[in-house]
Amino acid sequence: MARSEHTAYAYLRTTKKFPNIWCAGCGIGIVMGALIRAIDRIGLDKDDVALVSGIGCSGRMPVYMDFNTLHTTHGRALAFATGLKLAQPKLHVIVVMGDGDALAIGGNHFIHAARRNIDLTAIVINNSIYGMTGGQYSPTTPLESRTATAPYGHVEPPFPICELSIAAGATFVARSTVYHAIELDKLIEKAIRKVGFSVVEAVSYCHTTYGRMNKLGSSVDMMRMLKDHSVTLAAAEKLMPEERAMKIVRGVLHDVEKPDYITLYQQVIERAKATIDGKEFLRAGPGGLE
Amino acid sequence: MTVRLMQGNEAVGWGAIAAGCRFYAGYPITPSTEIAEMLSRELPKLGGIFIQMEDEIASLAACIGASVGGLKAMTATSGPGFSLMQEHIGYAAMAEVPCVIVDVQRLGPSTGQPTSPSQGDVMQARWGTHGDHPIIVLYPTSVSEAFDLTVTAFNFAEKYRTPVILLLDEVVGHMRERFESPPLEEIQVIDRMGTDVPPEWYKPFGDTISDVPPMPSFGSGYRYHITGLYHDPMGYPTQRLDEINPWIERVHRKINNHLEDILLYREENVEDANVVIVAYGATARSARHAMKLARQHRHHVGLVTLYTIWPFPEEMIQRVARIARRIVVPEMNLGQLALEVERLVGRHKVIRVNRADGEMISPQMILDALEGA
Repeated sequence: MARSEHTAYAYLRTTKKFPNIWCAGCGIGIVMGALIRAIDRIGLDKDDVALVSGIGCSGRMPVYMDFNTLHTTHGRALAFATGLKLAQPKLHVIVVMGDGDALAIGGNHFIHAARRNIDLTAIVINNSIYGMTGGQYSPTTPLESRTATAPYGHVEPPFPICELSIAAGATFVARSTVYHAIELDKLIEKAIRKVGFSVVEAVSYCHTTYGRMNKLGSSVDMMRMLKDHSVTLAAAEKLMPEERAMKIVRGVLHDVEKPDYITLYQQVIERAKATIDGKEFLRAGPGGLE
Repeated sequence: MTVRLMQGNEAVGWGAIAAGCRFYAGYPITPSTEIAEMLSRELPKLGGIFIQMEDEIASLAACIGASVGGLKAMTATSGPGFSLMQEHIGYAAMAEVPCVIVDVQRLGPSTGQPTSPSQGDVMQARWGTHGDHPIIVLYPTSVSEAFDLTVTAFNFAEKYRTPVILLLDEVVGHMRERFESPPLEEIQVIDRMGTDVPPEWYKPFGDTISDVPPMPSFGSGYRYHITGLYHDPMGYPTQRLDEINPWIERVHRKINNHLEDILLYREENVEDANVVIVAYGATARSARHAMKLARQHRHHVGLVTLYTIWPFPEEMIQRVARIARRIVVPEMNLGQLALEVERLVGRHKVIRVNRADGEMISPQMILDALEGA
């Protein structure tokens, strides 16, 4: 135990005032701990890690962590991260988002980052709700549940985050829950090591809004639900399709090899440079060569 | 020196390259697309990066990310895309991230007339994003100036850690005219201020003599926090009034204390003028022609061409208004910058010349106004 505390402290900002803004019992801190353990195990230099986030409860994670941290606008974290990664390819750019952040307002950026296969690690903390604004339905809110904006029951089907990521072109896609904290850090470690667009869905909960409105009990009760309603990929394969559909399937769901955007754009640079002698441009001045 | 025929949009691209821009992210939109096309061709030759994003919101976000990573970054768009970019113009102002946003204006609102000129985004460039913030907006009248002011836009962005907007008229963006390419060594290029203090002493948003804090890039060993929330000198979110107010004051001071550097304009025949035309963009060229014709008939007409429209050159306009009886403000909109002139010199002194139908303002329209002045 003592060691894990020390591990965390080395990655937290001593100049930032704690406590954090999250409700007691929130799962986001568990994801933060898993991320720290993953980074520590890989042995990344803190200078070489950039943590980018959007808006929402999850968006506040970077400020507590001693990396290069960029807290951006709602839904756009991946677009900022794309520019940062292209400018500083040596950085390990990790993007933390919530479900509404990543898939509603940021849905377009999400599928295009995946399609482009840019080398980013996207962690989507899925609590099925907009927590910070008080519990409105998100793109992952289950059918029939009650939210602050679905007082008569929710009638929209949810996005399956991992399946969407695979279809959009991500090279590595995994899922776990905040109950399975050790499994989560292993998956995040794999995702960071993967070159290409990788997604980890960290299934969490919001007892403060979703749990209260749907009478699901305390954070401990909701944590227990994650334990009881999830299965490993291996176990899921033995289930009937209808049984499987009721479960949160954990594990690496997709892992393929394909060249990432930066590798391919390097080829563009080489082809472009082959068309011209760079010094000639300098001699002729701007516009001299067209 | 090479002399050649060049298009305004291309000149913006070459100006960006000359200024050291090595990152462009954009989304295709008429009438700005030539900028993206030429930079997709030229930037990789220099090891730079061009990327076509999924929309204009993402384009400016990627530029800000790249700038945080240490590259000079630019995006270009037109009215509808400029509307989408407002979100991140505010972010860049709040986070003090240098970047250049080019808006080759078209007739709005909405989809409007994609290939017709308009000066309808003048107020949007100033106030389009929510909240009070400083901004610098530059406005060329010709192809050569499009090149020069693009370089200046980058220099201001880097020097003052601010987004800088370059507004072009469609006719300037698409016009081809004589371009004398200046020797590269004569082009003044300013880079953002770095720092050599130990990382633990570095304050990303601290007070400095110039009011512009140094900005090392991410990955250079200075780990710090950037946010669109109000933040303290360390970059951490704050709700304390004694941290919010100093921030607001500093970011406005960093622009307002350097107006001598930032305000670019040209005065012609103002000394003896009864009437002065205040114009910008392509309209200033109609105005210059009108001035020449008027002076041939011994009318004492002067011209002020504004190259910096925001911040607005208040003192200069007030000085000119003390000389001239009337100020004529021609604009390809229904009167946007005229509001500023009227605010400074009084409505009774200002004669507006406007059209917002996608046609240019002719010298004759301005001459007609001069008749009544």
